Amino acid sequence: MTDRPLKVLIAKPGLDGHDRGAKVLARGLRDEGFEVIYTGLRQTPEMVVSAALQEDVDVVGLSILSGAHMTLLPKICAGLREQGMDDVLVTAGGIIPDDDIPALEQAGVSRVFGPGTTIREVAEFIRANVKRREV
Amino acid sequence: MSASLAERARSGDRRALARLLTEVENRTTAGEQALRALYPLAGRAHLVGVTGAPGSGKSTLVAALTGKARAAGRAVAVIAIDPSSPITGGAILGDRVRMQIHATDSDVFIRSMASRGHAGGLAASTVAAAAVMDAAGFGLIFIETVGTGQSEVEVAAIADTTVVVQAPDMGDEVQAIKAGLLEVADIVVVNKSDRPGADRAAAQLRAMLTVGAHSDRAAGDRPRPKRPEVLLASALTGAGVPELLGALDRREAVHRAAGADGGDAALKRAEAQISGILAQRVAAQLREPARAAQRATTLAAVAAHEIDPFSAADRLLELLRADRAED
Repeated sequence: MTDRPLKVLIAKPGLDGHDRGAKVLARGLRDEGFEVIYTGLRQTPEMVVSAALQEDVDVVGLSILSGAHMTLLPKICAGLREQGMDDVLVTAGGIIPDDDIPALEQAGVSRVFGPGTTIREVAEFIRANVKRREV
Repeated sequence: MSASLAERARSGDRRALARLLTEVENRTTAGEQALRALYPLAGRAHLVGVTGAPGSGKSTLVAALTGKARAAGRAVAVIAIDPSSPITGGAILGDRVRMQIHATDSDVFIRSMASRGHAGGLAASTVAAAAVMDAAGFGLIFIETVGTGQSEVEVAAIADTTVVVQAPDMGDEVQAIKAGLLEVADIVVVNKSDRPGADRAAAQLRAMLTVGAHSDRAAGDRPRPKRPEVLLASALTGAGVPELLGALDRREAVHRAAGADGGDAALKRAEAQISGILAQRVAAQLREPARAAQRATTLAAVAAHEIDPFSAADRLLELLRADRAED
């Protein structure tokens, strides 16, 4: 595989309207050399899965502050698997209680980043954990 | 393996199509092989280039047009290009934000592309990506350029129809007679027609863009300016969008009537593609280890102003030719 930029989808599933964090992260990852596709607010799990599929991304980053993460995030992970995209790295960030993290990891989220996480940490996690994909 | 990827993409497997587009975008051997197989199957789609300044409403307009085209039963693909950072190589690809209403429609396929250092408003692999979508059965393909200034006209060389999108407050009549972007338009859309000043902007554009068309008696064989249609639209309210799609449909019909070779647009596209690939092939050959020393010496000589860049290019071309003769 050639040395190509990694593609990251930053999506905001659910109904909260606060996307400053998602935009700051998108901008930060841009500066780290990633190609970042931003979907905007109020995405259903189906929309997120479809965007990830069409864009053939390496990583899906989900920003959620509404509290609906236990419903929406597992649906997105399941949807990605259904489409044969189990090689896509899924991460999450926002307001997610520690108690919920094991269940989310069980569902397929590789890492939950809490408030205070630096962009550098996210970038390094992605580089270290992204899967080499075969055609 | 890639032949089957191409086959799967053709038979409606969207995952395969997406993966194939990545191969094409990364210019891999697998991507090139797939293109060889798919190219004869392409050439049926209407390629519509959409260009204009940042924030003029290109993405929203493409989303609105896609909605109308879907209502008419057409399968629509979109390639949306945004710029790569010249510093880090990273990019924010944000055009999907305006198009997410179509995200779950399986007959709409939206793909973002970073320009990856390519100037001119497109990415180097944009035409190839469009050919893949064409072969996969999408009959209408929108190619949305990066936000452009006055002279990023490359899209006109690869699209069948070029739409230039303007916002109502883009300047006076002098802007409308400047050379560059407006000259390559087949259709000029004054978008955001719900805002004040749109009618006046459209009237000014109409007046100025048709001037040359009526006074070209001495032109002879010189290329003549196009006579673009000037339309008003509001991607936000939907006003004027059906008329714009109608104008695109008429252009498509003209192209179809021009015959199987596709006419001028197809020839221009062929030339643009081949010259891009030629440049890439020559550069790749010069990077081969066997020529590294010669190449480095020549670069250093130009950097030191010992020889001029024209002679340097001739010398490197001669090097490739000599190597070929030995084979």
